[in-house]
Amino acid sequence: MSGEEEKPGFTRRDLVRGAMAGVVAAGVGGKTSPGPGRSLGPQAVPIELDVNGKLHALTVEPRVVLADALRERLGLTGTKVVCDRGACGACTVLVDGESVCSCLLLAAEVGGKKITTIEGLAADGRLAPIQEAFVKADALQCGFCTSGMVMSCKALLDRNPRPSREEIRHAVSGNLCRCGTYPHVLDAVERAAGLRPAASGNRKPETERTAILDPRFSRLVSDDRVDGATAEALEAEDA
Amino acid sequence: MKEKLRLGFNGKFEEKEVEIAGNDPAPWDPSRKFSILGTRVARLDGSAKTTGLARYAIDVRLPGMLYGKILRCPHAAAVVRSLDLSPARRMPGVKAALAIAKPGEAVRFAGQEIAAVAADSPERAQDAIAAIRVAYEPRPFVVDMEGAKKPGAPLVFEQRAVKRSAGDPYAAELEPPASGSGNVRGPRASSKGDVEEGFRRSDAIVEGTYTTQVQTHTALETHGLVAAWEGDELTVWASTQGIFSVRDELAQTLEIPASKVRVITEYMGGGFGAKFGARTEGVTAAKLAKEAGAPVKLFLDRKEEHLATGNRPSAVQWLKASATKDGKLSALHLVVHGTGGTNGGTGTSGPLKNIYACDNVKTEEFDVFTNAGPSAAMRAPGHPQGAFALEATMDELAGRLGMDPLEFRMKNDPSEVRREEFRIGAERIGWATRDARRQTKDPAILRGIGMGAAVWYNTGGTGPKATVSIHRDGSAEVVHGLQDLGTGSRTMVGIVAAEELSLPLERVAVRIGDTRMPYGPASGGSTTTPSSAPVIRAAAYQAARRVAELLAKEWRIDPQSVAFSEGVFSERGGAARSLPWKDACAKLPAEGISATGERAENHADAWKRFTAGAQFAEVEVDTETGLVRVKRIVAVHDCGLVVNALTAESQVQGGVIQGISYALYENRILDRATGRMVNPNVDQYKIVGSRDVPEIEVIFVPVWDGVNNTHSVGIGEPSTVPTAAAIANAVSHAIGARIRSLPITPESVLEALDAKRSGGARA
Repeated sequence: MSGEEEKPGFTRRDLVRGAMAGVVAAGVGGKTSPGPGRSLGPQAVPIELDVNGKLHALTVEPRVVLADALRERLGLTGTKVVCDRGACGACTVLVDGESVCSCLLLAAEVGGKKITTIEGLAADGRLAPIQEAFVKADALQCGFCTSGMVMSCKALLDRNPRPSREEIRHAVSGNLCRCGTYPHVLDAVERAAGLRPAASGNRKPETERTAILDPRFSRLVSDDRVDGATAEALEAEDA
Repeated sequence: MKEKLRLGFNGKFEEKEVEIAGNDPAPWDPSRKFSILGTRVARLDGSAKTTGLARYAIDVRLPGMLYGKILRCPHAAAVVRSLDLSPARRMPGVKAALAIAKPGEAVRFAGQEIAAVAADSPERAQDAIAAIRVAYEPRPFVVDMEGAKKPGAPLVFEQRAVKRSAGDPYAAELEPPASGSGNVRGPRASSKGDVEEGFRRSDAIVEGTYTTQVQTHTALETHGLVAAWEGDELTVWASTQGIFSVRDELAQTLEIPASKVRVITEYMGGGFGAKFGARTEGVTAAKLAKEAGAPVKLFLDRKEEHLATGNRPSAVQWLKASATKDGKLSALHLVVHGTGGTNGGTGTSGPLKNIYACDNVKTEEFDVFTNAGPSAAMRAPGHPQGAFALEATMDELAGRLGMDPLEFRMKNDPSEVRREEFRIGAERIGWATRDARRQTKDPAILRGIGMGAAVWYNTGGTGPKATVSIHRDGSAEVVHGLQDLGTGSRTMVGIVAAEELSLPLERVAVRIGDTRMPYGPASGGSTTTPSSAPVIRAAAYQAARRVAELLAKEWRIDPQSVAFSEGVFSERGGAARSLPWKDACAKLPAEGISATGERAENHADAWKRFTAGAQFAEVEVDTETGLVRVKRIVAVHDCGLVVNALTAESQVQGGVIQGISYALYENRILDRATGRMVNPNVDQYKIVGSRDVPEIEVIFVPVWDGVNNTHSVGIGEPSTVPTAAAIANAVSHAIGARIRSLPITPESVLEALDAKRSGGARA
């Protein structure tokens, strides 16, 4: 059999590159960006990104997506890339307050828009309430989906400060987690919204609670649904 | 030194004489009042992970760093005829290129590594691999297991396989199928008693064939590393479950001293069993970095991750079982064929051999090779699939005997711990009323409740070392070469040290994730905590003893007369001088003190058992659409003594959630015509999301086993063993028909309902 030459298949980036190279740049903002009616690339172009309130002047090829610009050019590696096609939510950032997948946006598209990444939530060295709630509820394991989860939950709480459990489920339904943190993510958002107490804190050691398998204690670990009185008691312990 | 220990569980303790190593503290007594161990402790790296500041290996950026990319074979089977890197080398920004496959070599699955480049941007690296010219001679291939078993099927190992690095999961080459047996290797057989005799003496026999799919690990951080040379020394930042195994594999493959390789894993984005070595991609990154004279980051993309980094093998299990009318199992006979692609590891007999008591057991396990990506250990290898077949069989046998499935299991389960777990779980899920609750308000929707059992084995072992330093201000620092996969190991280390030293956790600094630290265990087999916790405790104990020795000198008494308990050093007996920790530490020299502990042997004479678990699932099945919704899971587990109740709960929830995903959604699909995976990303390879996860109730049964000084055992794997089994049994309970394949899809539910209506397949 004779040999045959092979090239790897088309990637989404190839498509993006093709589109950007030949197509008129419509939504490009920022003072260093070309005006309407001009095409971009394939060579690198200057852009300006407004990230977490700071302006960054960059020169990037038009095919570079926002996630990669943040991670590889600005060193904001809190934003993670997992599927690289908008299916997992790990790269979620806020653009003008909307949660979006930064792997699906070209960096050159978002010049002039306000971008908030996970690094931009904590202010003055203090965790934002949603971050603190994630820590206390242990809404993270390996942590690789956590940035995206937190950003989706932040966007939810910004538009709906007291969401129901179903609304939270819906809000993070685009964020995949392989470790299985979903139950604790729901708990964390409820906590951040003031709807439940923390799951962590120095309560009685598990060993003491379970040493006798008293039915009263058989729910010891999981407090998914804490009734009012217990919730208050736990809050008091947390405080 | 022999010590009398009280060991057991559930308030029932027996006294046992256990040999304790000289400088190891004795296991805690059940009367111990813990200050922090077993409480719900927020993990130490929570802030780092929620602010995006935690630096994973894939986040590492070094000055002048290049990006590596691997070219992979598009054919399921081929011979490489020629390979030309020169067009790639001429591409802009390309600094290094190397061949991984050599002309004449066979390629065995679509996605196998062919060549690699390093360039100054990811985009340019991508461009460059597209420029590499490869001529392949495609060969006949087979990607489905049944096809691979047929006489005349294309032989996956027709030619010698090439193992590029010790960590590559191509185990098959080491022991290919015997000549003449095609793609089938085996059986690995085990036997006790006489199954035929057991079947003859029985009152009920059931038999069924259970099919399970290939599952991919899908850790969110892909495989890879960043490699940087400084002279002849190599430093890598790796996403790994074993920093020391990565070090050793790099040293061996690159033929450099292990002492000149440093591996760092500060944070890592999940492994689930597939990340133990440097593997081809890691070795390739190191070689590219050497050639380019610059650091190289090489991480796989999501598609590569699905194709080439491991998976849980499929299984087709034929299981025949029998019982006598008094409800005792009399025989179990299992024959398994499974495919791990170009690797083996397809056994599923663990649950069958190790959960229920049966005198007559026979198992025969066959690996079937296919032209598909190699398997790798995946969270409780063989067990979710084995439990699925076994637990369905238990339900069916109970049905034949007219016995309640729970009662039937209680009669056959020799584990005292698990029987207690069955009782607790049954109460929580409402087992007694399960038949009465089958109907819901909606006549189309039926409710079902099912159960399954878990078993696990490993109790950790010797090897790990840790250093605990005490500073003059009374704070402590623990250094231990362990990686935290996300399980909370870092926090576990801090908790154990804080408990032993009676310190608040804030006063303990934990340093992990570097091969320059004292040796830590690889994180696999649910052995991390039982391997590490005892050595952390031992080192902390010894450090405190050294403070006690200094005090003894000052007090002019024998060091043995100084006790340390609840944060106070005190003189035993007479004079009864005492000094709080802080004041005692203030007397330390400027350099403080430190102690390096070693993990003592497991205590052979302790209260030994297999780790037990029981899970119960409640589902609702829409009989019109076939959709299954899991409404609730109750998971009751033996975790020895829980170190951190919060992260342990997280881990069990995670095991359950992966089990739900395995039961209902995940399925790697290979195209028989092209041999390629058709769903190599998470938009098509479905893992469970937030809307399909039910409320999960986690309950721990503490067991004081005395096997090590902290009574700790691992929980990562047992927590995922019985979930799919329990869900499948719940579905059968709901619809009154048995589905014998995973994932349970709407289609398979509707088929089962149809078959039931037409008179077959009654459970």
